Amino acid sequence: MPFREAIRLALRVIWSQKMKSSFSVIGVFIGVTFLIAVVSILQGMNAYMTERFAGALLGVNTFQVRRYPNFQVGDISRETWREWRRRPRISYDDADAVAAGISVPVLTAWSSATRSDVFYEGRVVKDIEIVGAGEQYFDLKGWEFDQGRPFSPQEARAGQPVVVLGYELAERLFEGSDPIGREVKVRNLPYRVIGVVESQGNVFGISLDKFAIAPALSPVKRIVNPPRVVDELLVKAETAADLRAAMLEAEATMRSRRGLRPGDENNFTLETAEAVLDFWGKINAVLMMALPGLVTISLVVGGIVIMNIMLMAVAERTREIGIRKSLGARRRDIMRQFLVESATLATVGAAIGIGTGLALAGLIQATTFLPARVAPWSIGLAVVLGAGVGITAGLYPASRAARLDPVEAIRHE
Amino acid sequence: MSDTIIHLAGLAREYRMDAETVHALRRVDLGIERNESVAIMGPSGSGKSTLMNIVGCLDTPTAGAYWLNGVEVSRMDDDELARVRNREIGFVFQTFNLLPRASALHNVELPLIYSGVGSRERRHKATRALERVGLADRTHHKPNELSGGQRQRVAIARALVNEPSILLADEPTGNLDSTTSAEIMQVFGALHAQGQTIVMVTHEANIAAHASRVITLLDGLVHSDTVREAA
Repeated sequence: MPFREAIRLALRVIWSQKMKSSFSVIGVFIGVTFLIAVVSILQGMNAYMTERFAGALLGVNTFQVRRYPNFQVGDISRETWREWRRRPRISYDDADAVAAGISVPVLTAWSSATRSDVFYEGRVVKDIEIVGAGEQYFDLKGWEFDQGRPFSPQEARAGQPVVVLGYELAERLFEGSDPIGREVKVRNLPYRVIGVVESQGNVFGISLDKFAIAPALSPVKRIVNPPRVVDELLVKAETAADLRAAMLEAEATMRSRRGLRPGDENNFTLETAEAVLDFWGKINAVLMMALPGLVTISLVVGGIVIMNIMLMAVAERTREIGIRKSLGARRRDIMRQFLVESATLATVGAAIGIGTGLALAGLIQATTFLPARVAPWSIGLAVVLGAGVGITAGLYPASRAARLDPVEAIRHE
Repeated sequence: MSDTIIHLAGLAREYRMDAETVHALRRVDLGIERNESVAIMGPSGSGKSTLMNIVGCLDTPTAGAYWLNGVEVSRMDDDELARVRNREIGFVFQTFNLLPRASALHNVELPLIYSGVGSRERRHKATRALERVGLADRTHHKPNELSGGQRQRVAIARALVNEPSILLADEPTGNLDSTTSAEIMQVFGALHAQGQTIVMVTHEANIAAHASRVITLLDGLVHSDTVREAA
């Protein structure tokens, strides 16, 4: 029987038994759906992490000098945590010394943050990130202004009570009226609004536009940190090479200020976007390693189901096989018929799984903060796996069908 | 020399069932000429069906030889036998044995599919075969939409579509009423008149009466062999 004929026959049989067919492909369907959806989400996450998360939160070619790491995913042991808490904080003098000790061109800015409510007349917006920053902070972040301006070096040095608002905060406080020159209260401290930063969008569904940034030496210093310390010093270099040089110099400066001897561990942290990405890379690798296992399990289960269904089909259609043999079907014709049927069945299951997986990825993208990006290779793989599972699962039933004795088969039932 | 299609020499078939050996055919020597119409009769257990299966190349003998059109088929393997069934034999069964989900046309096309005929020629030949048995207007009906006689005619069309050397019929009227049986026998008569060799197993004397030669089996041996002048 020609191949095309066999596929047509298989589709007819599958279609005429929709219910049974859908049950039999459920394993392959789930496996493939899972494969497509998870790979799409992982790929999306990957792109997101490299393009958006790391860039938006930490910045390209940027590092931070901190007391202990800011971005830490996963478990931290009690000992590590205790050691971190024992470390000295980063003082104004530390930050100035590190900045002064870097010989390549960089932008540097102090940064300390806390969360608090911001008031304007009767209104209040709760849980806003309040940042005490140096004047290069805005340049370093590469932010454009929607309205107004950043604070000047003079205002920063003098600790003037001026504030730059995030886009969403400004919207919610002023509801369309001009915010520039208005007086807001950060906790109880009066501040004059001098600028609003352009919207930065969001990361993982969390708005990046809910902040208020004031000079580090302005009155917010009393709420963001103990006296004369900062959370971090931000350093941005122009190139990756400069970044590495600046990091080495920063590390050397800090080690000498802390009186560390060779062999002593750093009691401070230099953190870069790379570190975050490395960590994500590790998670991604683990997920990508677990994925084949999970997909394999569902495909094996799916294959066993298909094999059983095909064995049932051979038993039910024993007479048909006998008739076909009496009309001149050879063993390989019968073999092919059932192999094609089982492969078609599994491939149809895989195709539906691909559709559902794509829809699922789209749905997750639309309804949650998780991004999705479809990987073409995963679709190809799904088709190959589907057909492969079908052929493998069909081998035994098909060979049983092919070896049936025509005399007995035709008398069956 | 006459034109011998089927030549059986010392043909025997035994089945082993546990410790017992059943001798379905003990020793059959037989020749059937082209354009004969042969009825094989005998009580149940006489070996008719076994002989039928061997002549139809569905089964092979345990001893003796079978020449079909001068070719020894008794030593062929499965796939060679399948080819012989496809080209040389046309089966008509008591229970019709049509594929229930396929149309009359598709049922008739089946032997052509296995002989590798392209779809257009297949359709053409199958339609012609259905016309020959008077079912030109029933090509797209499923078996369950046809009467018993129509089903058997579809089966005959299927048996003829590859122009086989022998039309082998196993109790072809066993599931039909007497009127329909007569119709089917007319179809066979017409085919025989056109030169078709027909071998038919039956236990009904009035059906066997249509044949030009009647062979009776008993206990796996040929019991009688009567040739009639002009049926």
